[in-house]
Amino acid sequence: MPLNFDLTDQQQILRNMVRTFAEKEIAPIAQELDDKEEFSYALTKRMGELGLFGLFVSEEYGGGDLGYLFYIIAVEEIARVDGSQAATLAAGNSLGIAPIYYYGNESQKKEWLPVLCKGEALSSFGLTEPNAGSDAGASRTTANLEVDHWVINGSKIFISNSATDISKVCVVQAVTGKRADGRNELSCILVPNGTPGFTTQTMHGKMVWRSSNTGELYFTDCKVPKENLLGKRGDGLHQMLATLDAGRLSIAAMGLGGAQGAFELALKYAKRREQFGRPIASFQVNAFKFADMATEIEMARLLLYKACWLCEQHRPFSKEAAMAKMFCSEMYHRVANQAVQLHGGYGLMKEYAVERHYRNQKLLDIGEGTSEVQRIVIARHIGVPGRTL
Amino acid sequence: MKIAVCIKQVPDTTELKIDPKTNSMIREGVASITNPFDEYAVEEALLLKEKHGGEVHVISMGPPQAVEVLKNALAVGADKVYLVSDKAFAGADTLATAYTLSKTIKTVVGDFDLVICGKQAIDGDTAQVGPGVATRLRIPQLTYVSKVREIDPEKKRIVVERLLENGREVVEASLPALLTVVKDINEPRLPSLLGIKKAAKAQIPTLTAKDIGAEENHIGSKGSPTWVTKIFSPEPRKGGGEILKGELSEVVPLLVDKLMETKFIK
Repeated sequence: MPLNFDLTDQQQILRNMVRTFAEKEIAPIAQELDDKEEFSYALTKRMGELGLFGLFVSEEYGGGDLGYLFYIIAVEEIARVDGSQAATLAAGNSLGIAPIYYYGNESQKKEWLPVLCKGEALSSFGLTEPNAGSDAGASRTTANLEVDHWVINGSKIFISNSATDISKVCVVQAVTGKRADGRNELSCILVPNGTPGFTTQTMHGKMVWRSSNTGELYFTDCKVPKENLLGKRGDGLHQMLATLDAGRLSIAAMGLGGAQGAFELALKYAKRREQFGRPIASFQVNAFKFADMATEIEMARLLLYKACWLCEQHRPFSKEAAMAKMFCSEMYHRVANQAVQLHGGYGLMKEYAVERHYRNQKLLDIGEGTSEVQRIVIARHIGVPGRTL
Repeated sequence: MKIAVCIKQVPDTTELKIDPKTNSMIREGVASITNPFDEYAVEEALLLKEKHGGEVHVISMGPPQAVEVLKNALAVGADKVYLVSDKAFAGADTLATAYTLSKTIKTVVGDFDLVICGKQAIDGDTAQVGPGVATRLRIPQLTYVSKVREIDPEKKRIVVERLLENGREVVEASLPALLTVVKDINEPRLPSLLGIKKAAKAQIPTLTAKDIGAEENHIGSKGSPTWVTKIFSPEPRKGGGEILKGELSEVVPLLVDKLMETKFIK
């Protein structure tokens, strides 16, 4: 197959559509939402109307039936303008829709996917716990099967899209028993919001993604029917790892899109801002900064799109996804830093969108697997011996 | 109601670069978009179709890559699109372009009620092609339209508001007519996913000079009497400003006097 770096017309039109939406409808209110730490139901609904939730889901469940790269382009374009809305979209798709689509049975898919794909409801992925972050297998939340119900006890933290008024269901990873090797058996269970014994609380005081929703979840003798098990009992760890593999592509897209946005803001500013009688972009010290940023963004895009291509070809992409996630996140960090530097004092003010980029980039080094964890994943893939030799 | 819309693919930039040797735009490395004013034209056609029924035919004259803007038109809901492309059209000025588009409209749309164009293209900024098409089609031209007040396809009548420098003008005309529209007229919609898929699958017909029955001496550089001797960006105006200082109650009357002196206000 020949190498081809052109996007299809279809992908290009989608990109233009999302870009126009982001510039016209998100950009004017993004900072205000960020200031107020307010989740936008209106923008979430609009993203649903535009078909951005479930772009990769087949039509029979209300999805767009388009490839994974379409979804990645959509996240990239939203992140170019605002990290918070991109987070709502990326979490809604990668962590909300994807596990149900890939591991749900027919009746679970029919029940949840159409409403999730419309953006009228959000689903969340309850994985991280106060004491189970990078060590996600150390979950303490338990689910005991009592006759025909799971009884769930425990808590989750930092769960995106979990505590809004339209958060309708959470895929909860819980310990459901012991495996033969003595380790915990982990399973994923669908727990509808509003089930007695399941409460959520929005987390406030965030530095990043302030207008996205992040929740703490509490389960106290929360009972759900045993049919709410997602896939097979004991598959929880595998489902979680596979969900995160694909999810990494969307985090990478947020890094790429965010860096593109910060770069463009800086370039525009530096061409107009004059010091010593010249636009500051014309000073070689700054010109080199732009050359470096543009090069890094190009590298990031090539790596991410290749990982998406592997994913669409149903080939292994776990290593490339980890590389893309790590590189795009850290690259966004560098670009946002230089973009603020180029803005000088103004870059420290909320009036300038580059300030938001500088804050939002930091999540990407941490969420859905820290940069350190990505390096572990990559090292394993390239044959570096691990601790458990 | 049958509506024809003429759209143009233009470079996506506000900082045009001109090749000093050829006096033409440098298009390499510049992304292309639909001329923004033409997006309002497409939207107005779609709105009128939704209200009165009918078909929207979108036409673009340009190089083969202009299919991109036609695919976009399909994605937002145009019924039919046509690319008018032929080496013989190369070097066309506004006169030859207006001739070519009018021939195309007659050929492919035939019995139309309305032609809609953007007020001008953001690259050449001439605003001549729309009126030129109307002249060749021998139909009334309503330029700078900011609102279609009434349209009655049965009685062949249209009433529009024109946005002029000194106000709005309400004009009535018979149909068929040609409108050129300004950006106040509507808010262009975004393409739907369904539209994007439809557009991707569509085979876009390409029409040549022969297909539209164009006469050789009316098209391309042969049909273009315009000679471009030089293109340049004018220097920004220098100086001339005056800052009035003092209390607001004193400077406002002073400003009004000055504006009246210079006949900016009456």
